[in-house]
Amino acid sequence: MLADFWTWILDLGNSKTVALLIFFTTFVGIVIYVYSSRKRSERLESYRYMPLMDEDDADRRVKAAEAAQAKGEK
Amino acid sequence: MAHSAALSSEQYNYEIVKKFAIASIFWGILGMSAGVYIASELAWPFLNFDIAQITFGRLRPLHTSGVIFGFGGNALFATSYYVVQRTCQARLAGGTFWPNFTFWGWNLSVLIAGVLYLFGYTQGREYAEPVWFIDIAITVVWVVYFLIFTITLIKRNQPHIYVANWFYMSFILATALLHIFNNLAVPVSFTSLESYSLFSGAQDAMTQWWYGHNAVGFFLTAAFLGMMYYFVPKQAGRPVYSYRLSIIHFWALSFMYMWVGTHHLHWTAIPDWTSTLAATFSILLLMPSWGGMINGIMTLSGAWDKLRTDPIMMFMITALSFYGMSTFEGPMMSLKSVNALSHYTDWTVGHVHSGALGWVAMISIASFYHMIPRLWNTTLYSTQLVYTHFFLATIGTILYITALWVSGIGQGLMLRAFDEYGNLAYTFVETVAFMHGPLVARAVGGLFFLSGMFVMAYNIYMTITRAKQEEPVSATAAAQA
Repeated sequence: MLADFWTWILDLGNSKTVALLIFFTTFVGIVIYVYSSRKRSERLESYRYMPLMDEDDADRRVKAAEAAQAKGEK
Repeated sequence: MAHSAALSSEQYNYEIVKKFAIASIFWGILGMSAGVYIASELAWPFLNFDIAQITFGRLRPLHTSGVIFGFGGNALFATSYYVVQRTCQARLAGGTFWPNFTFWGWNLSVLIAGVLYLFGYTQGREYAEPVWFIDIAITVVWVVYFLIFTITLIKRNQPHIYVANWFYMSFILATALLHIFNNLAVPVSFTSLESYSLFSGAQDAMTQWWYGHNAVGFFLTAAFLGMMYYFVPKQAGRPVYSYRLSIIHFWALSFMYMWVGTHHLHWTAIPDWTSTLAATFSILLLMPSWGGMINGIMTLSGAWDKLRTDPIMMFMITALSFYGMSTFEGPMMSLKSVNALSHYTDWTVGHVHSGALGWVAMISIASFYHMIPRLWNTTLYSTQLVYTHFFLATIGTILYITALWVSGIGQGLMLRAFDEYGNLAYTFVETVAFMHGPLVARAVGGLFFLSGMFVMAYNIYMTITRAKQEEPVSATAAAQA
């Protein structure tokens, strides 16, 4: 039985089905991993803020200029 | 939770980012000028002037390589080097030499390839035209790029690798795979520019379109999504709508894109099941593509007023809208029945430009307007000129794609029309005569877009010039303090 299974998997003619099964189950696993735990969801969502955490002088200067510009145009 | 220890901008390698950004704008103007010229040649053939080097066949690869690898490639190098440093809060690996090696290596490769196209030296593979020794040079540059990016990630001062870097990394890895396998060839001799491809016939076509479509998928989509996931939240001043959705978006795109290239070969001598498989995965791709688009657009949730006041944000949201539109149009065109009408017509060219101008160019332009003032520690010379650029780019893109819908769908319908006796209703030359009007409109659309690039170049030039004038003043003020 197990030998038949391995023979089927190793048959190049079945490679499309095998590849599809591997990719599909991996993808479903990723979806379950991402959405299944509330604690994990909170941790993952905390990474949203990463781009906003490296504000430097240049950022603040450009932002102030853009805000002033927007105010002026209102 | 990520750390928030911000480093000052002096600790990042911005010099290399500046070089790539400037080169990108230069290539954008050069590549788009070539594009407008060949578009004009199609509308007014006398523009060939019987000079072989400027005919459509020679200039067309110069246009595609100039905009994809010159403009897009340099934009990706610039933004990936910028984003990886800022999200990892670590200086770029490789000191000054290796990043500069990627700059000169990449740009000289694109330049030499472009000059050789004009003299007729090409592999004849779409988007992979450079001759064999340039392919080797590109491979070396790409390996160095991979090492610089990876080592920077390893050195990071953040516990998590931000999702934008995942997209950049998948682009680097997939491009390496595609470039190496599609360009496998045996040179005629070490002193010859010609080579024989390792593939032939239907295998060759399938390898080429596996490369061609994944160049679109990973070079022109995944990488620019990396750009989007960093610059849209930065410009909006708000975090991305859903980080979990970005993870699903990434993996779904990565799993699905590799299967769809064969939809470029419907109704040819390839096995029918490969066509069906490619069409099926193309339809499935709509879901992650739209998931990503929604994630980007919804980042603005609660700050929609920025669309009225911020022209950079207008560029970004319009880019995402074009991304959504072209990723709807693409799967639809991959259906065999639709493809029977659209293939070999200008509809395909219009579709490509809806993605290339609307999505790729606009998100790059917006990222540059965000990034360049920060690189030079200054503010933009003129926001009004950004508005002008936005409207020139948007009008140009819409004019371009609608003209080619008319041209492509019109020609497709004419070529399929029969009279009451079962004969073809139109000759080929009648379809060419019909296309003249739309082709003129397309050239005008391209000219609009190119004019916008000149406006951008002027605005950026003035921004940098002003920053350089400010430098001695701030240095004196600092010394006095």
